Amino acid sequence: MKFNPMAFIDNLYYMLVGMAGILIVIGVIILITMFLNKATTPKNNS
Amino acid sequence: MEILYENVLQLSWQHVVMWLIGGILIYLAIKKEMEPTLLLPLGFGTLLVNLPLSGAINQVLADGSVQEGALSTLFEAGISNELFPLILFIGIGAMIDFSPILSNPKLMIFGGAAQFGIFLTLCLASMFFDINDAASIAIIGAADGPTSIVVAQKLQSKYLGAIMVAAYSYMALVPIIQPPVIKLLTTKKERLIRMPYAQRPVSKLTKILFPIIITLVAGIVAPASVSLIGFLMFGNLIRECGVLNSLSETAQKVLANLITIFLGITIASQMQAESFLRPETLLILGLGLVAFIFDTAGGVLFAKFLNLFMKQKINPMIGAAGISAFPMSGRVVHKMGLKEDPQNFLLMHSIGVNVSGQIASVIAGGLILNFFM
Repeated sequence: MKFNPMAFIDNLYYMLVGMAGILIVIGVIILITMFLNKATTPKNNS
Repeated sequence: MEILYENVLQLSWQHVVMWLIGGILIYLAIKKEMEPTLLLPLGFGTLLVNLPLSGAINQVLADGSVQEGALSTLFEAGISNELFPLILFIGIGAMIDFSPILSNPKLMIFGGAAQFGIFLTLCLASMFFDINDAASIAIIGAADGPTSIVVAQKLQSKYLGAIMVAAYSYMALVPIIQPPVIKLLTTKKERLIRMPYAQRPVSKLTKILFPIIITLVAGIVAPASVSLIGFLMFGNLIRECGVLNSLSETAQKVLANLITIFLGITIASQMQAESFLRPETLLILGLGLVAFIFDTAGGVLFAKFLNLFMKQKINPMIGAAGISAFPMSGRVVHKMGLKEDPQNFLLMHSIGVNVSGQIASVIAGGLILNFFM
């Protein structure tokens, strides 16, 4: 086992890209779900 | 008689320590009912593989030939190629009802935010381990056993046994780990925020198209995760299509139970004293806890951040339910809400966030595989 504190800084890139990636993908899924709901829910004319 | 003595002499203190660990896992499974379907086979398997010259695992004989053990064979057949966890995902997918998030899709964003602990732990673990092991350890924070196994196996981590024990133990410990973190990060006023719930109808077509579209989207963004998300969504499609009710029931009960038995006892083959009793194991358990704590914190703090801009405030506690431990995390948040105000029913919101955590954790696993494979 090693101890390399600099690795924390070096890998912050993955934290940034990973969180951005998840939030973007989830955002896309939210938009698709909203669209699906709108497109497939029958309109209530009453 | 001599053979008997020989075997007894092969016994070491490490074996005895592993028996104690196996005993603790069996105790937690039976007495405390902590993830018994997994911890019981894992505990018993730990006993099986920690006997001197155990025939349950491969043994190299004096003439150099290998005597095959059943658990090693099962490991090769079902874990090293990720087959067992993926098949288990079909059962899990068949169990999940996505209606709460289909009815209120905005809740899904908390599932994403609550994966923060995974990436923070990745950075922390990289100070001690090489990057593939660090990524495998970080995914403990997904609170999702099958995802942890697939990621650790694909990244060829040396610590599969410890990662599995940490992932499943912490999942069972959600009711103990999450409440203090949530309380620390929220004020009483915030915990009292009420969130009215309006059930919106979700069409059958939406329920059928959702798993198909999620598979396509996640598969394009993180192709390495397509088997993970694909098997989960395939299980859900079986459930929602309406023409495979018998298969859906089998996947939810028989298939899931059967695979879980094999999964637990096979993972135990990685819990041999010489590879488990290392200082690294304690560090992995500690890092797994950090991942869970910061996942919870990520969800809560993200909800608090959104509240800065929203007219109708969100109860920040629901952000904590964005981890994959379903339905424990959703229930924990609901109970905390009721404790503060017996008329504050957060269950539908928290369960919705909890379900989204299951999707987000698989996407997180896929992204990690994309980064490091």
